[in-house]
Amino acid sequence: MTDGAPRIRTERLSAMYGDFAAVREVSLAFAPNRVHALIGPSGCGKSTFLRTLNRMHETIPGAWIEGRVLLDEGDVYASGVSPVRLRRRVGMVFQKPTPFPFMSIADNVAAGLVLDRSLSKARVAEVVESSLRRAALWDEVKDRLNASAMGLSGGQQQRLCLARSIAPEPEVILLDEPTASLDPMGTQKIEELVFDLKREFTIVIVTHNMQQAARVSDTTSFFYMGSMVEHGATKQMFTAPREERTEAYITGRFG
Amino acid sequence: MGRFGASFITTSTWDPVAGQFGAWPAIVGTLLTSLLALSMAVPLSLGVAIYLPEFAPGPIRRPVATVIELLAAIPSVVYGLWGIFVLIPFLTTWVYPFLEARLGFLPFFTGPVYGPSVLSASIILTVMIVPFIMSVSREVLLAVPSGQREAALALGATRWEAVSTAIVPYAKSGIIGAVILGLGRALGETMAVTMLIGNRHEVAASLFAPGYTMAAVIANEFADAAGGPIHESALILMALLLFGVTVLVNAIARLMIWRVSLGRGNT
Repeated sequence: MTDGAPRIRTERLSAMYGDFAAVREVSLAFAPNRVHALIGPSGCGKSTFLRTLNRMHETIPGAWIEGRVLLDEGDVYASGVSPVRLRRRVGMVFQKPTPFPFMSIADNVAAGLVLDRSLSKARVAEVVESSLRRAALWDEVKDRLNASAMGLSGGQQQRLCLARSIAPEPEVILLDEPTASLDPMGTQKIEELVFDLKREFTIVIVTHNMQQAARVSDTTSFFYMGSMVEHGATKQMFTAPREERTEAYITGRFG
Repeated sequence: MGRFGASFITTSTWDPVAGQFGAWPAIVGTLLTSLLALSMAVPLSLGVAIYLPEFAPGPIRRPVATVIELLAAIPSVVYGLWGIFVLIPFLTTWVYPFLEARLGFLPFFTGPVYGPSVLSASIILTVMIVPFIMSVSREVLLAVPSGQREAALALGATRWEAVSTAIVPYAKSGIIGAVILGLGRALGETMAVTMLIGNRHEVAASLFAPGYTMAAVIANEFADAAGGPIHESALILMALLLFGVTVLVNAIARLMIWRVSLGRGNT
């Protein structure tokens, strides 16, 4: 890495479900203010790897890890580190949009904020607006902030989830196939957003879509069968991959 | 039946021999026991329904849920017997004296302790409706998509915050449905209540005093309607009233669900 100290990195990280190792000894470093793509065929461990970064992995019964994850060089699995606080520093957006259906649009954006009870109502309203603006959703919803989030289209819902995860001002945003359930228009909007948001955040995105990785990311890591096969600058990965398996995958020969 | 008039509902004297029929005590008793039972059963069953899947250690989840659900299969006459031989002695020895000593300044906890009473009946009703409310709301909570929980956790919610801000609100209308199911059961429950409520046509302030419910009156008196055909008509009118009360309570509950789902502000 030439970008100085990584924001988040892993050291020989393995992620298990019971006896099964879904991710094996992956060491990766993600520089700040860059978009990092994780690609690979289904079941290669890229989503599991992503979920270890904010300790969502351990919410599944029987799941555990070996190795280390360092956020600003602090071990996030050290005893005494609260996963709850960590997740406020490392936000996440999932494959399926998950707005809270019983909440209004504004309340959805504020859902993470209000967990911190010290914020005033006025401050929450301000952050709701700025988060919606940053998620390029403000103009579409400003007249119906109190309407249900379920009235939004899938793409809008996903941008709402993005607004919700950036509202508490995390340092890192994890995107787990954020466009897998969206149409091309919605996908394009999310990709533009990802490109804008990297000025403020460090972004790690898991994607099935190779063109998407090529379009939005600065570095790409190729996962296969739980191992990280190759990691490098996106341009180099897609034009001159070092590994044969990487080349086979990105040219569509398997996966 | 028109001969009874409004006094059937408003008066309190029930004397079949003299031809006086006032259903007020039974109406009050029905509503009072059901609501008391509900107020005890709802926190208890929701507590269990939330605790079991979310916080309980894995191995005890299934067995505890199964055992509680089994309670629903016990015939109510068995509950009644258990109430007479186990619950009432326990309550009169330990619980009621304690309540009287601590809360005796309230009119609800005064007067002589007989054993069979409004409170005893409410407690047995609680035991009977907990399995219903618990198992239905547990199912509803389990049906909440895991994405909702994950979304809340990923925002930095604690496990409890995920439950209270994401999971329970998502399941709210289903939980209200579970409560109404329990209420319906409590309103209509006959046997166990008849055995424990003391069967006296009287409205007393104290919960230690015996009372009556509509279902219990019908069950007790219909077989030998001592007052002849008029007595019999009175009981049939009582059944109609019970039906009316049940419909009314359910309608109010439906209205509440409707208001709740409207509160989601669908566009």
